[in-house]
Amino acid sequence: MDMPENNSPLVLSDIHAGDHATILAFEGGRAVVNRLASLGFTPGTLVNMSQNYGRGPLIVTVRGTRVALGRGEAERIVVRQGSHD
Amino acid sequence: MTDCHATPTQGREQPAHIQADAPLIALAGQPNMGKSTLFNLLTGLNQHVGNWPGKTVERREGHFDLNGRPARLVDLPGAYSLTTNSPEEVIAREFILREKPTVVIAMVSAANLERSLYLVAELAALEAPLVVALNMVDVAAQEGIQVDARALERSLGVPVVPLTASKALGVRELLAVVDQVLERDAPQDVHPPAVRADHQEILDRLGTLLAGHIPAPYPPGWIALKLLEGDVDVMAMMKAELPAGVWADVYAVLRAHDDAFLAVVSGRYEWIGHLIRSAVTHPKVGQVGITERLDRWAAHPVWGLFILAGILGLVFWLTFSIGSPLQEWLESRLIVPLAGLAAGALTGAPFWLQGMIVDGLIGGVGSVLTFLPILVIFFAAFALIEDVGYMARAAYVMDNLMHLMGLHGKSFLPLFLGFGCNVPAIMGTRVIEAWPARLLTILIAPLVPCTARMAVVTFIAPVFFGANAVWVSWGLILLSLLALVGSGVLLNRAIFKGQRSAFVMEMPLYHIPNARTIGLLVWQRSIAFVKKAGTAILGMSLLVWVLSYLPNGELNTSFLARFGQFLEPVGRWMGFDWRLTVALITSFPAKENAIATLGVLFGNSPEAGLAAALAASFSTATALSFLVVTMLFIPCMATVAVIKQETNSWRWALLSVLLLLALSILAGTGVYHLAGWLGL
Repeated sequence: MDMPENNSPLVLSDIHAGDHATILAFEGGRAVVNRLASLGFTPGTLVNMSQNYGRGPLIVTVRGTRVALGRGEAERIVVRQGSHD
Repeated sequence: MTDCHATPTQGREQPAHIQADAPLIALAGQPNMGKSTLFNLLTGLNQHVGNWPGKTVERREGHFDLNGRPARLVDLPGAYSLTTNSPEEVIAREFILREKPTVVIAMVSAANLERSLYLVAELAALEAPLVVALNMVDVAAQEGIQVDARALERSLGVPVVPLTASKALGVRELLAVVDQVLERDAPQDVHPPAVRADHQEILDRLGTLLAGHIPAPYPPGWIALKLLEGDVDVMAMMKAELPAGVWADVYAVLRAHDDAFLAVVSGRYEWIGHLIRSAVTHPKVGQVGITERLDRWAAHPVWGLFILAGILGLVFWLTFSIGSPLQEWLESRLIVPLAGLAAGALTGAPFWLQGMIVDGLIGGVGSVLTFLPILVIFFAAFALIEDVGYMARAAYVMDNLMHLMGLHGKSFLPLFLGFGCNVPAIMGTRVIEAWPARLLTILIAPLVPCTARMAVVTFIAPVFFGANAVWVSWGLILLSLLALVGSGVLLNRAIFKGQRSAFVMEMPLYHIPNARTIGLLVWQRSIAFVKKAGTAILGMSLLVWVLSYLPNGELNTSFLARFGQFLEPVGRWMGFDWRLTVALITSFPAKENAIATLGVLFGNSPEAGLAAALAASFSTATALSFLVVTMLFIPCMATVAVIKQETNSWRWALLSVLLLLALSILAGTGVYHLAGWLGL
């Protein structure tokens, strides 16, 4: 699915429930990125948004595991909508 | 006989019949893999729970019968990876590298295979003999996932045994395979994952630089990989180990590639991807699992809160309808008659012995132990919530509220545990990974009104407020919680500068609870509480008794009374006389002591008499102020001891005491004057 071009990069917290996204990059501290990586979040990984009510934490499925993320953490994961290049 | 090359160093902890050369089996796995279930299944009550040296991470070790010979089993702490993200991860890898277990059983979940193999990818690089226990085959099937263990075994190069630990299925097969590995009769040709191709050259360059400088027992390839990952501990170790010139070269390589850890992680996931491609059949796209369906309610921002409130309400109801009457029954039918019996038996004994046994031992420790039924209900409820997989959902729905204090959802459950007793609440903060968040939770936990404080309220409130006592009690609980949130917000600003730890938490699949796991958890936690009562609380009760007895055997003129009189000016601010002040001070060993002390100070009157005496002696304003101060007063001795233990510092324990002391005096003074102004 194509997204309209705009200046601010798309982040994981922008993805609606039920949609997919592919991780492009991480912003933020090494410790958090390390924790995310050990739970399966790596660049190129497909993420499925399970729950996102627009505020508060959200739930995603990554590599078959459900993971809860704080909104702040999800805002630091740069993604692309959809699953293919 | 086994060819055992491991030499366990902690032989002194072993029961006499376990030889020091018995095979040492380590159980490794990520959290929520059912590791504890297998550990409990194998060891039963032959297990010992302690702490890892210098850490506040639980260490569980036991022994079991491995096809006719005794074997030691160490349950390594649950870890998602073996990088220095958390103490658990460091403990797990150091144990495997240094203690060299004969076999490492790596628990993975068939329902979460891709993620759970991540730890196996790390274990493979440690060169320890591996057996993969493929657990939760039933849960996977229920989610529509099929795993072919044979295919996985072929591509992995180490034995893979399917298992349903919760139903004790596959355990005998697992032990047979462990035995084969001990006899070197099973494949062990695992090829550890490579780094992602674009970083292979850098890894090789590091390997060349490090050659000849790697200290035992670390595998050279592993050290290079961990450096590339930016592992803090390994960096520090190699900086100390390498000649300065070599370290400078190594550091320059690492600096130039500080994003390399994603290449290492990706390398592991590529390795995993290759493994599971042949072994796993995924459900049809669009199929919604049971977990996802339940989470639509349990993790909903509104319904989730209602469900949580309902569950917690049920726990409260169970506590008050079963636990509290049991506690009162034990107190009146066991402790009081026992004290009378002991007093009778000791009439000829020296007065100090009589006092120590009757007042110190039975009155102090005995009273604390009567709270055990309440705690057992709490422990059981929490073990059940944890085992089912609900714990993560409660943390998730409470995340927004906990943000107010700079905390996240994971801090909520230990705090709730505090309604039973603050001691397990503080121990329960171990689920919080980030230290600042954990410390903050520890500091505010004593403000959760525990059952012992509620016992004081339950006795005093009806004396002064009659039918309105229920509302006063709820008001006091609300006040405590407001104080908790307020302190949390302030402490977060003042000490932690408003920083907030990351909220990243696995939501495990729901599953049927395992009675054995829950039973053992309740048993261990209860035993820990009883041990505490028998040591720290016993010592303090005796000390208070001695102070209330010396110098001439009269409470009214004892050191304790003089101390109370000395502090009376402060008590006056809150409307207290010296007796209320002393009652408050003696609530330090155990909160409910306040009632016992008042009983002694008002002439050993039976409870009805005491109630009348209190009503005659104090105004409603004083009573209200005393209740408020009781709710917010310094943590009890056991809580202070456990704060010291968990923070490893007297500084934080002292800060906690001072914080609550200031808060309670402030609130008591305010309430007393406000109530006086209202004409109470």
